[in-house]
Amino acid sequence: MDTIEAVLRDVPLFEGLTPAQLEVIAGCGSNVQFREGELLFKDRDPAESFYVLRHGSVALETFVPTRGSVVIETLEAGEVVGWSWLFPPYQWHFDARAVSLVRATSFDGVCLRGKCDTDPKLGYDLVSRFAQVMIRRLQWTRLRLLDVYGDGHRS
Amino acid sequence: MAIAAEARPAVGPMVPLPFRVTKRRRELADTWTLELEPVGGERVLPAPGQFTMLYAFGIGEVPISVSGDVSGPLVHTVRAVGAVSRAICAAEPGAVLGVRGPFGNAWPVEEAVGSDVVVVAGGIGLAPLRPAVYAVLGRRAEYGDVALLYGSRTPTDLLYGTELGRLRGRFDLHVDVTVDAAESGWHGKVGVVPKLIDGAHFDPGSAVAFVCGPEIMMHFAARALLERGVPSERIYVSMERNMQCGLGHCGHCQLGPTLICRDGPVYRYDELERLMAVHEL
Repeated sequence: MDTIEAVLRDVPLFEGLTPAQLEVIAGCGSNVQFREGELLFKDRDPAESFYVLRHGSVALETFVPTRGSVVIETLEAGEVVGWSWLFPPYQWHFDARAVSLVRATSFDGVCLRGKCDTDPKLGYDLVSRFAQVMIRRLQWTRLRLLDVYGDGHRS
Repeated sequence: MAIAAEARPAVGPMVPLPFRVTKRRRELADTWTLELEPVGGERVLPAPGQFTMLYAFGIGEVPISVSGDVSGPLVHTVRAVGAVSRAICAAEPGAVLGVRGPFGNAWPVEEAVGSDVVVVAGGIGLAPLRPAVYAVLGRRAEYGDVALLYGSRTPTDLLYGTELGRLRGRFDLHVDVTVDAAESGWHGKVGVVPKLIDGAHFDPGSAVAFVCGPEIMMHFAARALLERGVPSERIYVSMERNMQCGLGHCGHCQLGPTLICRDGPVYRYDELERLMAVHEL
């Protein structure tokens, strides 16, 4: 079985980080597994970790009164789940539920924040990579806001 | 061989020919697929990507893309959004509609032989791409990796759902589907269709992409393809404007220097990107 460090080398999020930085990040990681339907985290709980998905799919959900749980987005293998651990108030804003069997690497955000505090270069490199993920998801979200299929006329 | 409108001198390209509805199938709440056979005349054999002008007698005429296997009966998938398209959707088997065409150019299915093929469809934009998918699958061994990436608004808006499920079972085709929004319990993907491009297996350097859907969706899909490394001259999009004559005479479908009914609807993205950015067009 690959070490966490070896797994990290194939994750786009960590591309370009030095072996020493990967070693530090891997030191905060552990492999985890979730059954279908199981929650990775819950809205309003403390955000103390994030996940890199190795297998399976995760749905970010929110509960809407009268509608129940609504899926905001699904994330697949290779993608990162969770950035609230990086920013105050360190609290989740959505539920994350395993849509299928999920195998992931979980990273201790509190541990990593501590390492970033003592190594600002690592902190900058990590935050800029998470910013890329956020920008991408913001762009896709803006496209969805347009509701392009709502009154489409292509036939 | 396609029977172009020009090949019917007896009636001329502006005269609709009578076609009888032989089958009618409801696809979605507001979308129907019709099969049509000529009343007495010759069959129409369009190329994938072409459209016809469908005429609901006494109501009006609209451009509708061909959505079936081009070697079979004339097939159109129509969304009821206005008086004419509502009348066409309501045409029961036995009813007669007018048909002019086929018009326009085609997806470059032949030119793509030897390449990987990435088909990106949004909403009812899957309909104009379906003939191209059939054409590629009909000669599957002549192409590299083939991916069909499809997005719709919600799970209940997925067009050709049963067929997509069947295609997904093929070992020689990568089918990926996403929806913009879903309630809990949907086991598929939620997100925009351009996002699927990241996860599709193809060689960007040798891939040809066919993209069809709402214009803004095509813009984002083309951008994602470019970021993946597909050259813009190998990305094709299908445009839609106010097509009326189908022959490039009336000018209603003008887009800058081009007339979509005559020069399109299929364009290379490198030829169109600049025009798509002009708000006034």
